[in-house]
Amino acid sequence: MKKETWKELTIGTINLEAGNSVQNLTGTWRSGHKPEFIEEHCIQCFFCWLYCPHFAILVEGDEVKGIDYDYCTGCGMCAEECPSKEKSIVMVKEEVKLAEGGTE
Amino acid sequence: MSTLKTLNGNQTIAEAVRQVDPDVMAAYPITPSTAIVETIAKFKADGLISGEFVCPESEHSAMSVCIGAASAGGRVMTATASQGLALMWEMLFIAAGLRLPIVAGIANRALSAPINIHGDHSDTMGARDSGWIQIYSENCQEAYDNFIQAFRIAEHLDVRTPVLVGLDGFIISHSMEVIQVEEDEKIKEFVGEYQPVYPLLDTSRKITVGPLDFTDYYFEHKRSQMEGIENAPGVIQQVGKEYGEKFGRPYGFFEEYRMEDAETCIVVMSSAAGTCKDAIDELRNEGKKIGLLKPRIFRPFPDKEIAEALKGLKAVAVLDRSTCPGAFGAPLFTEVRNALYDYDPRPKVVNYVYGLGGRDIMVEHFKEVAEKLDKIAETGKVEEMYGYLNLRE
Repeated sequence: MKKETWKELTIGTINLEAGNSVQNLTGTWRSGHKPEFIEEHCIQCFFCWLYCPHFAILVEGDEVKGIDYDYCTGCGMCAEECPSKEKSIVMVKEEVKLAEGGTE
Repeated sequence: MSTLKTLNGNQTIAEAVRQVDPDVMAAYPITPSTAIVETIAKFKADGLISGEFVCPESEHSAMSVCIGAASAGGRVMTATASQGLALMWEMLFIAAGLRLPIVAGIANRALSAPINIHGDHSDTMGARDSGWIQIYSENCQEAYDNFIQAFRIAEHLDVRTPVLVGLDGFIISHSMEVIQVEEDEKIKEFVGEYQPVYPLLDTSRKITVGPLDFTDYYFEHKRSQMEGIENAPGVIQQVGKEYGEKFGRPYGFFEEYRMEDAETCIVVMSSAAGTCKDAIDELRNEGKKIGLLKPRIFRPFPDKEIAEALKGLKAVAVLDRSTCPGAFGAPLFTEVRNALYDYDPRPKVVNYVYGLGGRDIMVEHFKEVAEKLDKIAETGKVEEMYGYLNLRE
């Protein structure tokens, strides 16, 4: 995402693009762990969807179908809250990729 | 035709508010600014103003209401003093950062401790880096004139920065003076219709006000904020000139009093400048070549203009009605002395703190300063860079 210079910014910190937070891929915040969805264990209780602070649980029709890694921050709440006998979400290690264009 | 009215400083601010009739007035009473709020409340109860009058539970909330109302798209004012302004502190920076043209009347008062209700500049000087434009008034007439001009300055599209107008607590806020009040219609015409920029109440355009900035944007937004106050000098001059053309009382960055052929000068703001003028007259009668420079605008500081006015003098005394503990002199002194740094030759500059907690400053104290300036001018030597006036040593 191209960042504006100070001269290009709107007066008073005003953001004219309401809802543009979708452009912030919070998935870049993950630091070594990500949730993995195991569909065959899932009881479709939607606890993960309810607890996820970043709306990163993918739902198709009436069913949880996986994780949206563009926005999942790897906080692990979904795995923690998952009540199925055998966990349908588990945290696994992942290689850390540095966030794009953080400090300049 | 303007009318002559006998009003005190607080009433002049309230009178200006009645004439401008802002959309929202939010304030919490505090001595010595209480009468501003009381008088506005009375105007509202009597149906003389149409704007909303909000009484929140604290000054912090009062400024928060102002920020909300200004973001919504309203013309907004408040009034406070001392601890009240201190309690607004974090909201002051937000108002400036969001570029909201809020106008505040401040009846300058000392800060605790020890608790004191009288006039000095500790409150507004404490807010000098908050991003607000600061205008100081010598008397009730100036408080009235400055407060009206403040709306035009704050709301100018190149500025869009909050403005505070200082009037010395009790000395001005509670002193009756005969002032010229202009016609309501002429004042309304002068301030004009308010044009909000990106108002939240415009539901056809969805915006976010005050979003979170991380390391990637905060710096750019702060640099962008500077532009408003940096554009202010031209606007302040234009508005002061226009006000003069319309009402016969022009205003600039500062007032020079008997500065032609002066060799020494006293720099002092607000009500003390009035007493200083009497002292200058007496000293001039004694043949002393001394003048007065009374800054009106403290933020943005008119450094070049003040330096140009002072550069040829031999000695200058800057009088501050606040202290800046641990700093290289009090606030006005550091600005003036710094402004002169690039000039050669430049005058010797000394600093006197006066009037803390409402302590009187009389003609004799200015004469004391003039005597010290004479000695510096004669010898070219400064023996004492800082001093205090009318203090029991």
